[in-house]
Amino acid sequence: MAEVEIKAENRVYAKPRLILDNTMHYCPGCSHGTVHKLVAEVIDELGLAERTIGISPVGCSVFAYNYIDIDWIEAAHGRALAVATAAKRLNPDRMVFTYQGDGDLSAIGTAESIHAAARGENVVAIYINNAIYGMTGGQMAPTTLLGMKTATTPYGRDPRLNGYPYKIAEMLAHLDGATYITRQSVHKPANVRKCKAAIKKAFQHAMDGEGFSLVEVVSTCNSGWKLSPVAANEWLEQHMLPYYPLGDIKDEKLDPTR
Amino acid sequence: MAEKEVKLMKGNEVIAHAAIRYGCDGYFGYPITPQSEVMETLMEMKPWETTGMVVLQAESEISSINMLYGGAATGKRVMTSSSSPGISLMAEGISYLAGAELPCLIINCQRGGPGLGTIQPSQGDYFQATKGGGHGDYHLIVLAPNSVQEMHDHVAEAFDLAFKYRNPAMILADGAIGQMMEKVVLAPQRPRKTDEETRAAARAWAVYGKPADRERNIVTSLELQSEKMEIINRRLQAKYRELEENEVRYEAIACDDAEYVIVAFGSSARICSATVEMARAEGLKVGLLRPITLYPFPKRQIAELAARGVKGFLSAELNAGQMVEDVRLAVNGKAPVAHYGRQGGMLFNPDEVLEALKRQLINK
Repeated sequence: MAEVEIKAENRVYAKPRLILDNTMHYCPGCSHGTVHKLVAEVIDELGLAERTIGISPVGCSVFAYNYIDIDWIEAAHGRALAVATAAKRLNPDRMVFTYQGDGDLSAIGTAESIHAAARGENVVAIYINNAIYGMTGGQMAPTTLLGMKTATTPYGRDPRLNGYPYKIAEMLAHLDGATYITRQSVHKPANVRKCKAAIKKAFQHAMDGEGFSLVEVVSTCNSGWKLSPVAANEWLEQHMLPYYPLGDIKDEKLDPTR
Repeated sequence: MAEKEVKLMKGNEVIAHAAIRYGCDGYFGYPITPQSEVMETLMEMKPWETTGMVVLQAESEISSINMLYGGAATGKRVMTSSSSPGISLMAEGISYLAGAELPCLIINCQRGGPGLGTIQPSQGDYFQATKGGGHGDYHLIVLAPNSVQEMHDHVAEAFDLAFKYRNPAMILADGAIGQMMEKVVLAPQRPRKTDEETRAAARAWAVYGKPADRERNIVTSLELQSEKMEIINRRLQAKYRELEENEVRYEAIACDDAEYVIVAFGSSARICSATVEMARAEGLKVGLLRPITLYPFPKRQIAELAARGVKGFLSAELNAGQMVEDVRLAVNGKAPVAHYGRQGGMLFNPDEVLEALKRQLINK
């Protein structure tokens, strides 16, 4: 098919320059693709393509490095923020961000996450919270809602058996080193736009040396939730958002005197 | 010629001095006895104000080793130090470093185990250090210092080897070498590499922000396609064979005419050099073969001694018998191989080793 030339004034949408042509392995309907696109756009718009180091986790987004055309480090499960700490401290002129799921950042990597935030590392953590372990086949995550069925809570999460879910964003907001903490979603176009603005703000925050930022993205895992993409978006709004409310949780500057 | 800088220092302190003088870019660690003086010395010296070296106290050994992974991935010269239980915590990260072929320096100032064990010296981590320690088929480059001077010298040597082969290197010391004070000649201060120099040298693989004129670099140990993962494993193995071919370091004391050879490394080798003197005074032809690289192991040198007609080998170690297995493989049945060891933080005396040599080999 011949290339159709679109005049700049008529162009309403284009694939971000930094998104590669590799076929994405994510399930149709998954939020990862949208968040990847936003990260790629933000890096390009801030002119950071040649100065950014991305750190991918273990989990569904382990292959994030296949989709965004920047330098990447693939970290061990949960350790992305320790990896990011050294990458940034040794290369302070670089933009360093991690891209992690709820199992990676808030289960196995809880210690690394809390301490990177407490130290006020000038890095950004993009935190995909879909309340489930997608990669390994839909097991319970620390963020799994009460009553939610997963492969390891087949009768629904029962707090007496499985404990309660927790909100690491609110926990991190108590730390002096964590200065920008926000919770977003990408289930509707308006939310996508807000999420992009939040990611951009976080990246700017890190480059300005203002401390640690976390952008939590309440996401869908329609395969793990066993719902269609549309039904998953609805389920997110009905069940996830009441427990994980959207908006900025903390927006401050680093204060070394405190 | 400039006058040599000679100091009296602890083994652990000298690690800090050697690292700064080598132009190390970053140290990441967590306190544990008997090696805490490494980070304490670095923090006291404040190298970030002189060479620009980063020093950071992490929240755990797991975090420290992953900081090494992040720093090494950007092409920088990074190191950590710990002691046995801490090294166990690092095992996963070390496997990732080996899998992703990242150069770095890890110092294990061994203490007695298993478990929390003791804070006294031991060589109980020989297997862990030389056979990998974490999951998967890999090796570290392992150097075993027997003096404070070698603690100093091995820092530069280990970094050089790590970068030459893009492989993590370990200095396998112990609480005795780390805690004892000795004279040391310090190397002159080398300028730390600039970002531009570091990035130019590691352009082919390091991650520091993708310039427009090269493809993106990805540091990973992941490859889901078995056919490709096998090729990666073969490449790693070829590198290890190259190390075995070219980088064996050892010291042979009185081995030329020796009828019996003690094989010992690190602090035990230091003790056993006195055993050799005692034996020679009694007219016994005893030598000492001291592996300086534990991996690659001087197996050819030991095999040559066995082929030459050495009547027996005694592997003297501060453990229940670990290196003795490598000695046996090298001797390959040509002569008896025995082990003598102490455990739990106990050291042996030179006469104790001589007695063991007589009892287990000479008079048997």
